[in-house]
Amino acid sequence: MGFEEVRFEKNSDKAIQNKPLQKALVNVTDRFRTARNKASKEVSDWEELRSAAREIKKNTIANLDKYLIMLEEKVIKAGGIVHWAKDAHEASQIIVKIANDRGVKLVVKSKSMATEEIELNSSFEDAGIKVVETDLGEYIIQLAGEHPSHIIAPAIHKTKDDISALFSEKLGVPHYEKPEELTKVARERLRSEFLNADMGVSGANFAVAETGTIVIVENEGNARLTTTVPKIHVALVGIEKLIPKYEDLSLFLSILARSATGQKSSTYVSFITGPKGPTDIDGPEEFHLVLLDNGRSGILASEETRESLYCIRCGACLNICPVYRHVGGHSYGGAYSGPIGAIITPQLMGIDKASELPFASSLCGACHDVCPVKIDFPKVLLELRKNVVESKKLGINSGKDLIEKLGIRFWRFTVEYESIYKITNKLSYYLQIPWKRSSGKLNALPYPFSRWTDQRDFPSVAKKTFRERWKEIKAETG
Amino acid sequence: MTNRTRPIKVYIFITCLVDTFFPEVGESMVKVLNDLGVEVDFIEEQTCCGQPAFNSGYQNDARVVAQRFLSIFEKALNNDPNKETYIICPSGSCTSMVKVFYEELFKNSPKTLKKVARVKESTYEFSEFLVKVLNRVDVGAEYNGVITYHDSCHLLRELRVKGGPRELIKSVRCVEFREMEMHDACCGFGGTFSIKFPNVSVSMLDEKIECIVNSGADTVVSADMGCLMNIEGALSRRKIPIKVMHLAQLLASRGKNGI
Repeated sequence: MGFEEVRFEKNSDKAIQNKPLQKALVNVTDRFRTARNKASKEVSDWEELRSAAREIKKNTIANLDKYLIMLEEKVIKAGGIVHWAKDAHEASQIIVKIANDRGVKLVVKSKSMATEEIELNSSFEDAGIKVVETDLGEYIIQLAGEHPSHIIAPAIHKTKDDISALFSEKLGVPHYEKPEELTKVARERLRSEFLNADMGVSGANFAVAETGTIVIVENEGNARLTTTVPKIHVALVGIEKLIPKYEDLSLFLSILARSATGQKSSTYVSFITGPKGPTDIDGPEEFHLVLLDNGRSGILASEETRESLYCIRCGACLNICPVYRHVGGHSYGGAYSGPIGAIITPQLMGIDKASELPFASSLCGACHDVCPVKIDFPKVLLELRKNVVESKKLGINSGKDLIEKLGIRFWRFTVEYESIYKITNKLSYYLQIPWKRSSGKLNALPYPFSRWTDQRDFPSVAKKTFRERWKEIKAETG
Repeated sequence: MTNRTRPIKVYIFITCLVDTFFPEVGESMVKVLNDLGVEVDFIEEQTCCGQPAFNSGYQNDARVVAQRFLSIFEKALNNDPNKETYIICPSGSCTSMVKVFYEELFKNSPKTLKKVARVKESTYEFSEFLVKVLNRVDVGAEYNGVITYHDSCHLLRELRVKGGPRELIKSVRCVEFREMEMHDACCGFGGTFSIKFPNVSVSMLDEKIECIVNSGADTVVSADMGCLMNIEGALSRRKIPIKVMHLAQLLASRGKNGI
């Protein structure tokens, strides 16, 4: 990923101060979460479906080499061209070259997290090719020059008023107030872009190995247009998006729609196998599939965190996450946010560039409970935390790291020996006196404890700890 | 308990937080267990389960401390072959460290995993022990107040304990129980998370406090002092007159007239 080092604390502090954002986050996550909970309860065997989906993903990822080759063969057989991209740079180069070689001037794009991950738009712009996002949310954030803040609702950080002002400024239209009016503006603009585009770029929700079919789910119809109107269709697909069989789709489409938006099925589901065939009346003349690694094979190699690749990008973990709810998507830096961003961004970007992210969770586990493929987020986060600590061992520590390391050392020293533990508690009892208030609580402790007491009171060390009371308790209770 | 062939003996696992800051919680737990006729013992060598280091990524340090914990408690469990022995802890989080995360921590050490299995099968969080092992929801408590319950994350999602604590609360005489909105949402504590990202933590806590206040309760109960320390920290700083109580303290209450 070409993204800069992630500064979660800095980003999140800013997000917390942004009151309209806070309100929008609560509204959107509540709405999605409620819809998802309802939709999952409508299916009597929901838990079995989750287990089945996990098993399929587990098998697919464990045999990914085999399935990728199968997919390649089938796509070629269907008349498509397959490209392999080892990283973001190579993927962008491949796609821009396809465009350049064919004299492409205008590209339309449907929503794709993979293209966000490789920052494809800036590569097109650098090459002098105009690119237009056609998903309404993506269209809005492209106009604003921002990154998506939610996997399935990229512009949730924008209020209706923000969008009205943005459209007025960038598109020269009046300040419309109704969402319908704003949508109409976007629809009219986009319609002409579709008709004039030389190339359509999409992602994919699934790529079926046995048939070479890519599957795209959406609710606006823009992906259908992107993949059928222009003469060239390029699909950028992460190598983890594979599923082995066509028949597996009924399961995955069902859990994806229900987990993402609470729908039984998405409004549009497109199945694309190669370019336009001899008997087809429409469709692109060329179909390119760009398979993206960009760090994924590294995740595959790590047995401990491999399940991060099972993700089907439904966004349910974002909607349930109490941290995401308060910090929003941009706090997580990279293209992905919420719990899934916290586990894959450090693995895709390199742990040194996103070392705060594995800690950006209270380990409450709510994400694990809603994940349609049962990714054990707390387990993966804990593993990544271990990796962060180990990666810092030889490097130069910041002052903060040093304090933490010394803190852990000191803690271990005290809890390894009961006698030292007891002495430490006694010492703490006396040391706390300057900060102790009449309420018995501590406030205004020095750093790093100030990070607690700036906004909360801290309890005081008991005069007599439990172990000191034990003999009396035992005597009293017999 | 009448059907048991062997008497029960409980070794209490007093978390470092309870030992150091909230000894009255440990005391209440002992009282409740004693009143139910359970023999209680406390091994003074115990200190911490290792969770702070484990959650911070310092697994080597955590392993040393966890090994110590395992040795102490495994020995205790095997002390009394004529008794049914348990390890009982007033924290869903520390209990899940032992019951869930020790397996993760020692996954490469088959010898220790055996110890983990032995200790794990006998370890229960306090409320779960009352409900599942002793089959008691009414422990004879009385408390005059309106109570709401905060689901601590590890108790709820790692140990899957949800209904038991509510049954226990509802069985306390003179209590009115009110479920708060978002009762299962994290309070923002998360151990070192609360210090690493204080503003995120407090933002989450703000919402929790709002839910507690809106429930109309005068007392908030939970089964983990980590969460309660966080919640009380905000209530006290903001001078909101809502009482914070560990479930054990509630269950040890005997009303105005005492026992």
